[in-house]
Amino acid sequence: MERRPRSFYILAAFFALFILFLYGPTITIAILSFQGPQGGLTFPMQGTSLHWFRDLFQEQAVGDIWGSFRRSFVLGLMVMVTTVVVSVSGGLAFRKRFAGSAVLFYLIITSLVIPSILVSLGVGLIFSQAGLKVHWASSGFGSQLTWTLPFGLLIMFAVFNRFDKSFEEAARDQGATAWQTIRHVVLPIIAPSLIGVALFGFTLSYDEFARTLLTAGSYNTLPLEIFGMTTNVTTPVIFALGTLTTAFSLIVIGAFLLTVWLMGRRRARQGSDAGKGMV
Amino acid sequence: MTAETDTPTASSAAPAARAGRRLPAAMVAWFQAAPLALVLGAFLVLPIIMIVIVSFWGATEYSIYPAFQFDNYEFLFSSPVTYKVFFNTFKYALITWAATLLIGFTVAYFLAFHVRSLTWQIALFLLCTIPFWTSNIIRMISWIPFLGRNGIANSTLISWGVIDEPLEWLLFSDFSVILAFVHLYTLFMVVPIFNTMMRIDRSLIEASYDAGATGWQTLWHVIVPLTKPGIMIGTIFVITLVMGDFITVRFMSGSQSANVGRLISNDIGLLQYPSAAATAVVLLVTVLLVIGILLRFVDIRKEL
Repeated sequence: MERRPRSFYILAAFFALFILFLYGPTITIAILSFQGPQGGLTFPMQGTSLHWFRDLFQEQAVGDIWGSFRRSFVLGLMVMVTTVVVSVSGGLAFRKRFAGSAVLFYLIITSLVIPSILVSLGVGLIFSQAGLKVHWASSGFGSQLTWTLPFGLLIMFAVFNRFDKSFEEAARDQGATAWQTIRHVVLPIIAPSLIGVALFGFTLSYDEFARTLLTAGSYNTLPLEIFGMTTNVTTPVIFALGTLTTAFSLIVIGAFLLTVWLMGRRRARQGSDAGKGMV
Repeated sequence: MTAETDTPTASSAAPAARAGRRLPAAMVAWFQAAPLALVLGAFLVLPIIMIVIVSFWGATEYSIYPAFQFDNYEFLFSSPVTYKVFFNTFKYALITWAATLLIGFTVAYFLAFHVRSLTWQIALFLLCTIPFWTSNIIRMISWIPFLGRNGIANSTLISWGVIDEPLEWLLFSDFSVILAFVHLYTLFMVVPIFNTMMRIDRSLIEASYDAGATGWQTLWHVIVPLTKPGIMIGTIFVITLVMGDFITVRFMSGSQSANVGRLISNDIGLLQYPSAAATAVVLLVTVLLVIGILLRFVDIRKEL
């Protein structure tokens, strides 16, 4: 291996600083959430304790944290499944030419770049004028989809642009129907990317704030609950909550990434499944 | 899909009846695109239309009523606050853009050209992207112990003897707003730029060196031009996210600064929906104009 140039070390140092910048603050609040009962929002630590985590489990202290966590979790799953299904279906559609595809494509881009508060405001207005109650599982769910679907579709576009069509042609030549081709050839090939889409669907929904703000109704999701806390809670209990929900996110991300990695490994080990039969 | 109708003989063994049942490709495409169109129609197009309609409505202190008047727009364009707030919005967008571009390009350049094994590239890239999948609000809150009056930054600077008194402008200022923007959104620059860089043919760089170019010349005349599409996509992300934001500005400025998003959310808080809608329409038009200009420099569909 040739010697690394000096620029490598300078850039590596820059990269390390960037990572520190990215993770430093989060690590700081993780440490501070173990603050002693007398401690405040900043260093120094007044001893260490689990006091603030215990506080979280006493519901009356900080509002309906667990209820909002449950809602966010369920909503995240709903958004995840819908995002995967709609993105795959949409991605398949965009491989063909159809009237209105250009309009739909620009709608996807608009959905991505539109200021979130517009979605929130518009959906809220429609529901109130139609005499419907906003609810996280209806209006909140739809509003979040406008944020997760563009990411899902962009991933699908990237996947299908690199997709080798000869696999499908081979399947068709063997007499597979259109559905069989998708089910047994296309879907298994793009499966790891679907895990990626699912990861975006769940995490973006779980942390979504702006588009849910006016569309969640009287039952808050977790980010809304946390935001409410920032205005009236001045103790490290908010750090404890932040630490827990970040830890939860990291576990979810880890699980998704692990799945992709395991799939890749299994695939590499087995190689082609040609001749093994599919039924 | 067109191939299957072009070459029916290829699957001559298949029963003719099945081939006859096949739907035209365009129909299939419509069915597949329908769920997407439905969601975007109901939760993107209709809301925009609704906002445009309501922006002409009137409001009393506690309710809104249908009307067709330009009062909201007149008030908006005659108020000096509007211009100040739009100026602020552009200021945040420009500064954040410059900072994220510099940092994002450097990070992506390091990952793409200096990290040699693909495994390390993926691992370090993931390390950069993981915060994107965690909560933005928590990431904002986490700056408090760092930037506060008695925070880490101030106490470190005092102990080094750089300053005698804590700096007041670290938290709840334009500085902290932009710092938070850079913290939250640099990733949106790193990903598209890295993606474009990974597709640059390495032999072009070798050719550049063989032709006698220095490292800087190669960077400026070969890599930067080839990375432009990625830079443009990152720019679109960062500019629109910053221009549409209302929560970062509110939280990180301690409600002392305003951008257009905050103007809208304040009106919403006061139940002045028509006025909020009018501001929202102007913001949307502004954002779309900026995107329209940026899209002239890049073909997004080609870059995916």
